[in-house]
Amino acid sequence: MTSPDPARTESSSSSCPTLLAGLSPALRSALVSAFGLFAFTLAFTSLMAFTHGVTRDRIRTAAEQKQMLLIDETLPGLHYDNALLADVIEVEGSGRSRVGKVWRARNGNAPVALVFETYAPDGYGGRIDLVASLDNEGRIGSVRVAAHQETPGLGDYIDPAKDRNKEKPWISQFSKADAASTRWEVKKDGGSFDYLTGATVSARAVTRAVGRAAAWVNKHREALFAAPTGARFNAEQKE
Amino acid sequence: MSGSGRLRESIRNGLWRQNPGLAQILGLCPILAISTNMVNAVSLGLATVMVMALSNLAISGLRRWIAYEIRIPVFILIIAALVTVLDLAFNAYFHSLYLVLGIFIPLITTNCIVLARAEAYAARNGVLASTVDGIAMGFGLVWVLALLGALRELIGNGTLFSGIEMIFPNLTSISVFGDDYPGFLLVSLPPGAFFILAFLIAGFNAVNARRAARDKPAPASTPAA
Repeated sequence: MTSPDPARTESSSSSCPTLLAGLSPALRSALVSAFGLFAFTLAFTSLMAFTHGVTRDRIRTAAEQKQMLLIDETLPGLHYDNALLADVIEVEGSGRSRVGKVWRARNGNAPVALVFETYAPDGYGGRIDLVASLDNEGRIGSVRVAAHQETPGLGDYIDPAKDRNKEKPWISQFSKADAASTRWEVKKDGGSFDYLTGATVSARAVTRAVGRAAAWVNKHREALFAAPTGARFNAEQKE
Repeated sequence: MSGSGRLRESIRNGLWRQNPGLAQILGLCPILAISTNMVNAVSLGLATVMVMALSNLAISGLRRWIAYEIRIPVFILIIAALVTVLDLAFNAYFHSLYLVLGIFIPLITTNCIVLARAEAYAARNGVLASTVDGIAMGFGLVWVLALLGALRELIGNGTLFSGIEMIFPNLTSISVFGDDYPGFLLVSLPPGAFFILAFLIAGFNAVNARRAARDKPAPASTPAA
């Protein structure tokens, strides 16, 4: 959609190095253009690389702090006394349940709840990253959206910070839902969860993703608590 | 040459006569995507002001070394690089603001108005004039976005300033028509943006036509602001 240049005057490349004097004009102009583009690419890529290097650590710290806040929010009213961020295992091979990291909340040594990462691959704007917790009775503590690209003002109500309903945000419906017995679909698809008209895709994606992951975590709860800290947990080997 | 006169001309062009949203009708894709509410719209607008000021500054400063044949790829490169740098800097140093603006900043690369001003103005004018042009065009977009966002939010949802608590935690949104306002979904959806923008453009043209009729004796001069 760029405007075509109105008066395309044959340009005189401002500087014409004597080095290229013997070449034909077309070749000369091509070489000057190629070199110019190369120089600008190099300069601005360096600028980006430099900025990336300078900001990387701060971005990581900020992201970690945000993650801890998020994890804490998924455990409403549950008391735990272990260092939750460190008590983590990495799940592999959960297949379509897409469980990522699992943090184990314990009180003394008794299991309290599992906080798990998962994602919905099929949001309206692509992937929706989620964090949720599951208590010892197999019920969801609370669900939070860690990252999403749903349409601002439309599908982004899945994130309680953007939800217009502050008293009872959409995502709070999942709290206390039983992983095994709940119909993990939106009402339009015959399930138990409300959604906002005009933005069903976001709600449907989140609902199904939470359901799949919660069922999987519920099924493997004991093994997940027993796995050594920092380990990679491979479900296929256990079964 | 009166330098300040040209700067004033730039500001008037950006804010009204060649307003990017109403007269040049450039940058429609972010305008339509983001204007579902006022806070988002103004946030994107302010981020665009920053990018336009920086890109016009960089391009006018470097214009002597940008060969004519490759100017468009170089402009795009510069704009994309500056947007990336701004995105990273916001993420690192203003993280809470980044969580609000973050998804909008990369969108600015797709905003044609940035490239249009690079090509039409910054490539031909000095550093100061180009920077002022970028800022003026940016703010021209901000007020149109603010109005469009406010109207869509008001008609679509019956609220104003929803999401303001993400930026100023002690402020809350206003429910203008009360809680039982049924909403007008069409206005919140993309077609609504076209309708409202069309009304704004019509109003803009009407005001201009009236002014032109009034100022007929002296067509060259614009009314003093």
